[in-house]
Amino acid sequence: MKKKEKLKNQWQYHLMLLPGVLVVLIFSYIPMYGLIIAFEKYNVGAGFSSPWVGLENFRYLFNQPTFTRTITNTLFIAIWKLALGIIVPVSFALLLNEMKSSRITRFYQTLIYIPNFLSWVIMAGVLMDILATDGALNSILTSVGLAPINFLGSSKVFPWTMILSDVWKGFGYGTIVYLAALTGMDPSLYESADVDGATRWQKMFKITLPLLMPTIVLMLILSLGNVLNAGFDQIYNLYSPVVYETGDVIDTYVYRLGIQQAQYSVGTAVGLFKSVVSAILIAVSYVLADKLAGYRIF
Amino acid sequence: MKKNKTTPFDVFLIIFLGAICIICVLPFIHLLAVSFSDNAAVSAGKVGFLPVDFTLASYEYVIKGAKFFRAMGISLIRVALGTLLNLALMVLTAYPLARDELRFRKAYVIFFVITMLFSGGMIPTYLLVSKLGLKNNILALILPGALPVYNMIILMNFIRGLPKELEEAAWIDGATPFQTLTMVIFPLLGPSLATVGLFQMVFHWNDWFSGLIYMSNPNLYPLQTYLQTLLVNFEQLLQSSGNGADITAILSKMNARTGRAAQLFLGALPIMMVYPFLQKYFTKGLTLGSVKG
Repeated sequence: MKKKEKLKNQWQYHLMLLPGVLVVLIFSYIPMYGLIIAFEKYNVGAGFSSPWVGLENFRYLFNQPTFTRTITNTLFIAIWKLALGIIVPVSFALLLNEMKSSRITRFYQTLIYIPNFLSWVIMAGVLMDILATDGALNSILTSVGLAPINFLGSSKVFPWTMILSDVWKGFGYGTIVYLAALTGMDPSLYESADVDGATRWQKMFKITLPLLMPTIVLMLILSLGNVLNAGFDQIYNLYSPVVYETGDVIDTYVYRLGIQQAQYSVGTAVGLFKSVVSAILIAVSYVLADKLAGYRIF
Repeated sequence: MKKNKTTPFDVFLIIFLGAICIICVLPFIHLLAVSFSDNAAVSAGKVGFLPVDFTLASYEYVIKGAKFFRAMGISLIRVALGTLLNLALMVLTAYPLARDELRFRKAYVIFFVITMLFSGGMIPTYLLVSKLGLKNNILALILPGALPVYNMIILMNFIRGLPKELEEAAWIDGATPFQTLTMVIFPLLGPSLATVGLFQMVFHWNDWFSGLIYMSNPNLYPLQTYLQTLLVNFEQLLQSSGNGADITAILSKMNARTGRAAQLFLGALPIMMVYPFLQKYFTKGLTLGSVKG
């Protein structure tokens, strides 16, 4: 009886789905089809059905030293961000967890979580001001007798400026994730450790850290899909031609080539290369998250 | 653990962690101090964390020139329209997908999830939006991301966790699916809609890139895109600000650094104002997303 009623109204559910399906069809699936121009010589009149050139664009790309260096730059910056993006918040959460006053803990969380919500444009504006050669940080460095550092204009320093400022923006979020994982913990574990006379450090490394492990593994796995995202918003707003050698990453390269210089086909070839690798990484990371951490999003 | 008495290590922790936390916000305080300082003091590097030779010149400059507030207006419209559209589409899509009895449910889910794994990327999307004639139209900022799939799935998982009895009671009373959604399910979605809605609001407010590529007329830039152009060429903009008597008086007390600082601060202010809500709901969202389907 009930079943029949549901069947009768099925069309209404499909009607509800229609707008969402249309939006995704147009703005996600048509661009996916548009990736075909990576194998074409794009011209505006023909659009996505421009003349076919096969692998020509890819051959051109892999002969460009400016392209191949973006891969190594991307991997260097992204992997360091990934590593520090786990180590720093885990350490910070472990230490915050040791604090006796939960009011101070909450206040500290509030301070470190702010940059997470600000856009990279605003963060870049702040960084450009304090990291300028005559900026606040360098005047502190020189006042204590150190040599000034060209944070944004030296190709040796630039990737580290990106890595560390990304940690600054993001570690508050990570800290809160790990602290949230710790709040549901069983206090009897600590009590029995106290009976055994365990020190604070022993408890931290033998009890708290292992309890965090599943969350750490999960966060690590879920960030795997970002290995080719070194952070377009951040780098685009802070880099300049003098640091292209170490600071130009895949996404900034695609933007300059594809949109600024209107080399749509070559730019899309880079984008396709990145999409395929990223999709594989994301799919693998979802399977790993399910298998290792029992986490499924759908 | 909390019963132990305070040791030197506890004091050290409070100071050490506190120092790190303060270092994290000092750059913002410095920027604020710069925005309220006289240009001579700023150029001489005298400004630390308090304004030197306090002046409102940079803020007067922002108010005099209409650009900042026009851009802010565009951003506010975008946030309002964009978030409403996001919420409507997310609810409309999540509700049917939360029903196991839906025919082709699996196909629909795969259809949506694929877009989380794979995308056409920057250039084909840009070419499509241009071809649709959406350039210089606020729809170009809203339509391409009108259905945030990840948040929709979070919402779908939330709806699946609601007790089925409520819906069944509505069906027995003869309610159609649309009526059940609007009168039974929708009122229960409050906290989860607040979470995904806030998330989308922050996204719309912070997005500067689509404004940059889809608006060829700088008068149509949303605020973050306008701020982005300030990072690049505020110096030139200042030099061409005209030479009326009042503007010259303002310009004598400010420079590109103070003016930029003032506008960055004003651009961050709305986020700061909703920050308490963000903190509350984003932490909630962490647990919301892990509901198993």
